[in-house]
Amino acid sequence: MGELELPSDRESAIPLNPTGSAFDWSKVVLNVLLPVAGVVAALLIGAIMLLLLGANPIAAFAAMINGAAGSKFGITQTLVKATPLLLVGSGICIAFRANMIHIGGEGQIIVGALAGAWLPLSFPTVSGWLLIPATCIVGFMAGAVWGFIPGILKARLRVNEILSTIMMNAIAQQLMNLLLQGALMDPEGIAHGTFLAQSAQLPRQAWLPRLVPQTLLHGGAIIAVVLAVAVYLFLWRTTIGYDIRAVGLNPNAARYSGINVPYYEALSLTLAGGFAGLAGAIEVMGVQHRLMDGLTSGYGFTGIVAALLGGLHPLGLIPASIFFGGLLVGADKMQRAVQVPSSLVMAILGLIVLFVSSAAIWSRRWAARRRIAEQLDKEGQP
Amino acid sequence: MRGVFSLDVVSGILNTMVGLATPFLYAAIGETFAQSSGVVNLGVDGIMLLSAFAAFYVSLISGSLWLGLAAAAAVGLILGLLMSLVSVTLKAEQGVSGIGLYMFGLGMSSLLFKVLVGTVKTLQGFKPLHIPLLGDIPFVGPILFNNNILVYGAFLLVPLSWWILEKTTLGLKIKSVGQNPAAADSLGISVNGIRYLSVCAGAALAGIAGASLSISLLDLFQDNLTAGQGFIAVALVYFGGWSPFGVLAGALLFSVVNSFQLWMQVLGVKIPANIAVMLPYLLTIAALTVTVNRARQPAALNKPFERGES
Repeated sequence: MGELELPSDRESAIPLNPTGSAFDWSKVVLNVLLPVAGVVAALLIGAIMLLLLGANPIAAFAAMINGAAGSKFGITQTLVKATPLLLVGSGICIAFRANMIHIGGEGQIIVGALAGAWLPLSFPTVSGWLLIPATCIVGFMAGAVWGFIPGILKARLRVNEILSTIMMNAIAQQLMNLLLQGALMDPEGIAHGTFLAQSAQLPRQAWLPRLVPQTLLHGGAIIAVVLAVAVYLFLWRTTIGYDIRAVGLNPNAARYSGINVPYYEALSLTLAGGFAGLAGAIEVMGVQHRLMDGLTSGYGFTGIVAALLGGLHPLGLIPASIFFGGLLVGADKMQRAVQVPSSLVMAILGLIVLFVSSAAIWSRRWAARRRIAEQLDKEGQP
Repeated sequence: MRGVFSLDVVSGILNTMVGLATPFLYAAIGETFAQSSGVVNLGVDGIMLLSAFAAFYVSLISGSLWLGLAAAAAVGLILGLLMSLVSVTLKAEQGVSGIGLYMFGLGMSSLLFKVLVGTVKTLQGFKPLHIPLLGDIPFVGPILFNNNILVYGAFLLVPLSWWILEKTTLGLKIKSVGQNPAAADSLGISVNGIRYLSVCAGAALAGIAGASLSISLLDLFQDNLTAGQGFIAVALVYFGGWSPFGVLAGALLFSVVNSFQLWMQVLGVKIPANIAVMLPYLLTIAALTVTVNRARQPAALNKPFERGES
């Protein structure tokens, strides 16, 4: 997060690398090694916790790796879980780059899934060519609205976005419960008297096509990768992206150079909400084929961890999402193999966030030392 | 629906309010200390969850509620040390580290609960202590003076923390470190030392807040017991303008709305339960927009201190 050097003066933005070396290997090493060290430390603590709980950590991690990567089905499941992480994480990259640190992913996924279930159920006869894109758009819009509210509250009234988004999560959860017990409840469940808290099944043509037969891997994975690359281009190759990053790095400098800071704060959180909402809609169309409670599976939180580990960079996020997708799949396997609840993963994720956010101090110090060295170099040769 | 607003119901609503305000008071006053010193601890909810479990589990196996309470405060203190290390010494982005602490507390409390307890059990929590004379005052007595020791403690904490923050040297140091750490540093005050102290004291209070849920108010533990109350407590600090009495006003306002909502459901008033449950969250967002005393916000809030940087 601290690794990006962006001049406060917009005119001087071009000579970012005056020395001419095209690729800074030491920087890459630092930005890869530190997060990896954070993950290893968190996993070690996880192993100690497993020991204390009386489970064999080697057997547990073996079950985990085997579950996530040991079979064709395991690998595809890893990618299935990586898909929402990649989508949520892409949005997190945008928002966190603008320094809009929020945890609204869960709620935004829920409203995206609500919209994503509602549209195909309301128009069951429309062709899939129209229905699937329309559902994606509606899911994105719903999530965007859920991100816009805390975004505009922050931009206009300086309302802390972490607090407002956690409230929005709780409201979304209640909204879903309300609809699943009412308007969206499965008519079959009512007819059979089971009253399960889930919606009816989506019409077949709204199901995302399978990429590998006999697995759950669906077309949403391709959408997620394409969008992650698009977010990279957006953040690093467009003026709006540049302004968003400038706002996050130094809001005062951004303001002095004429950037409308509140506008980009609201925009970044709205976009982040949109991506999470899209993840919800794709989850409904690709995996569950209906709306049901618990469909977020904590993706809103795990997406944050993946984005942080990927250095808030969409291209770093892709491997990070696959890693955490594997961790989630492996945790289910571990739960069955050594009877350790998969909530262990949530605890490990929390530790990873703590470690990775702490490790940023070293990359900041390193960057500062580099700046001073470059300064001295320049002064030495007039 | 006749008689919904009888004196008994009003008394019941207010009595429930006093109980519901207790965890908010401990957690929000603890957070007031941390924020007054310039550190935003957004992991309060995670601390509350893990200490609520510690209080419940230790009480369950030892049979002593006081041991449970001590365990909760100790867990809070340890997590406070962790948060201080990450946010003060290592200068991590405080929003991100708060999210990490929350996730750790959420996962860890659920893990330990599933492994060590398994199913939802209840225990006999702190019993109400009837205060002689005061407790016999009609109407007011049962509401205020017939509660358990943790409830009394929460309400006594309000003037006590106000006195510490406003009338003691320590309070002055805490606030100076939150307002202008460079100036405090030049006067020989250990900025990081005061911040460690404030965050840890606040976290220990968050631990007691967790205990007040699991061994005083609800007398049980389950997954995600707090349901975001720790975050609401942080919101109350902003709403209360970084003042213990402001926090008290906010906590009472929240609790009366929540208590009203619970009583309406008990009395069978026809509002969908989901909408009623949304109320406190909607109210929190509304409250955050009307923070009265923005001017009182510690100037160095959320900013790690580095000597030589302004």
